[in-house]
Amino acid sequence: MTIAGIELLPTAGTIALGLVGVALFLAALRLFRGPALADRVVALELIASLMVGAIAVISIVGEQPILIDVAIALALVGFLGAVAFARYMEKGTTATRTFDDPEED
Amino acid sequence: MLDLLASVLVLLGALLMLLAAVGVVRMPDVYTRMQASTKAASLGAGTALLAVAFHFPEASVVVRAVLAIGFIFLTAPISAHMIVRAAYFMGVPLWERSTVDDLEGRYDHAAHRLASPAWVQSSRGEQSGDG
Repeated sequence: MTIAGIELLPTAGTIALGLVGVALFLAALRLFRGPALADRVVALELIASLMVGAIAVISIVGEQPILIDVAIALALVGFLGAVAFARYMEKGTTATRTFDDPEED
Repeated sequence: MLDLLASVLVLLGALLMLLAAVGVVRMPDVYTRMQASTKAASLGAGTALLAVAFHFPEASVVVRAVLAIGFIFLTAPISAHMIVRAAYFMGVPLWERSTVDDLEGRYDHAAHRLASPAWVQSSRGEQSGDG
């Protein structure tokens, strides 16, 4: 579809890729600034979500429908990473915890 | 027509993802950052995947796009909850202007356990009898 001599979808896709690039930069800013470990994990989680969206846009711009499999795999890895990080944060900070508690899991 | 729809969806998704990143940079503490990033970013990624489904109207692509959207909407709240829960247990402070902390006084750092304070449990026991 063409409007005023401009291919609509490639233009929209290019603009969208620019916007997602800015979003990735902002997320990386939060990743570097922190301040807490949780902030960095939030930023990493956001970067995973942003990459899923970016891959979807790239698959449209590049006419490669197969790339959606990459998006699915990345979403899966991002979820597993978030869960693993959350477990690590939760268990890694309980060094003072009493392990002789009989009701402990 | 499908191209127009896909273009609008792609731009909307990119704007939502940008909004999520701005929220993550601008929000004052972990908890507000998480709620800004999770919802906006998963909606943005879902919108972009929907655009893929509209741009390639073949059964295999559409099914995969819908599966990916379902997976994202299913897992994003879970991972957000787990990360923020771990942050709360680590003692990451709330924003100083936050007004409500429903878990205040209910988390035992030493035993790593959430429970109602003693006065809530005792009054509940008196009212209902089953604790």
